[in-house]
Amino acid sequence: MKTIKILGTGCPKCKQTEAVVRKAVADLGADADIQKVEDIQDIMQYNILSTPAVVIDEVVQIKGRVPNAAELEALLKA
Amino acid sequence: MFTWIEWLADQLIFGLLGLAPDTHLGAALQFFVYDTVKILLLLFFITFIMGIVNAYFPVERLRSFLQRNRLFGLEYLLASIFGAVTPFCSCSSVPLFIGFVRGGIPIGVTFAFLITSPLVNEVALALFLGMFGLETTLIYAGSGILLGAVGGWVLGRLGVERYLSDWVQKMAEQPVMTGDFEEDGQTFRQRLPGITQEALSIVRGVLLYVIVGIGIGAAMHGYVPEGFFEQYLGGGQWWTVPLAVILAVPMYANAAGIVPVIQVFVAKGIPLGTAIAFMMGTIGLSLPEATLLKKVMTMKLILIFFGVVTTFIILSGLLFNLIL
Repeated sequence: MKTIKILGTGCPKCKQTEAVVRKAVADLGADADIQKVEDIQDIMQYNILSTPAVVIDEVVQIKGRVPNAAELEALLKA
Repeated sequence: MFTWIEWLADQLIFGLLGLAPDTHLGAALQFFVYDTVKILLLLFFITFIMGIVNAYFPVERLRSFLQRNRLFGLEYLLASIFGAVTPFCSCSSVPLFIGFVRGGIPIGVTFAFLITSPLVNEVALALFLGMFGLETTLIYAGSGILLGAVGGWVLGRLGVERYLSDWVQKMAEQPVMTGDFEEDGQTFRQRLPGITQEALSIVRGVLLYVIVGIGIGAAMHGYVPEGFFEQYLGGGQWWTVPLAVILAVPMYANAAGIVPVIQVFVAKGIPLGTAIAFMMGTIGLSLPEATLLKKVMTMKLILIFFGVVTTFIILSGLLFNLIL
């Protein structure tokens, strides 16, 4: 099972990212635990400069933008 | 360059709807259609160009460049320019601030970025270009970038590190060296769809503000008489600049909504410097931004930050009124 964390303090783009991730996971029927990280101190543990970010199994895969469905699927299958 | 849009607006309003060009309603509607189409096109074009710049020079690259090079003061200007070309998102300003401080970037340089990022952004530039033309846009962008650099430098000299929140200070004490920036190896062709999508989503995001702003502007154009504001708000008295800025700072408005209104102010007699200063106060500083920054700074630092930036906005407004 993959752990997916969505890092973002609650801006529109972060919400968009959450929606895209949830949809991708549902479409693939992937076994994943999706968590939303909103606390800025927790977010900064990942050493990123811009949100939203997507962390899969503790590795930052996407930062500073809303991912598209195709790249999320590729990441989830990997 | 835009004559075809004018033609389109004429056909639609005077032809299709059959309104006469010399009526208030006809003139206002024609103006509305023409400006909306023109500005949306400019906005798409500018966000697209910025998207390309950002794909090749993301902020991570700026940080690693600033960590490795001594620039003898130019770093303030560089950070400020980067702030201007990076698409502004209020939710990213806090992570970015911490990331820079932690990366050992001087706090003044970080502030330079933070000041310019909302002040000179893609939406403001597109609107300025569409409503005031190239010269005024360059003046706005240039002074915004300069203001960010100088403001950042001043804040750095004030030694404000001690007013950061405790947890941020602790993070700053253990700086992480981030390695050289790594390219993610995508070709231009692979990046293009993403950049286009991003540009389109920015345009979609501000569409409503643009329409409302231009709508208000168009209505005011048709109905507010020439010299109206001059008569009631005073012409070029020096104190109108600080008054406009102090009123503007707590307000927050999207640049898309504010520029069309400012354009009417200027057309009806408010000096350009006063208008630009008002605009900078509205989009550059705001209460929502202060709330966000509260997570990383003490109230004292927020007040110093706002105080310094407000002062420089007022000074640049006064300067513009003198020289323009």
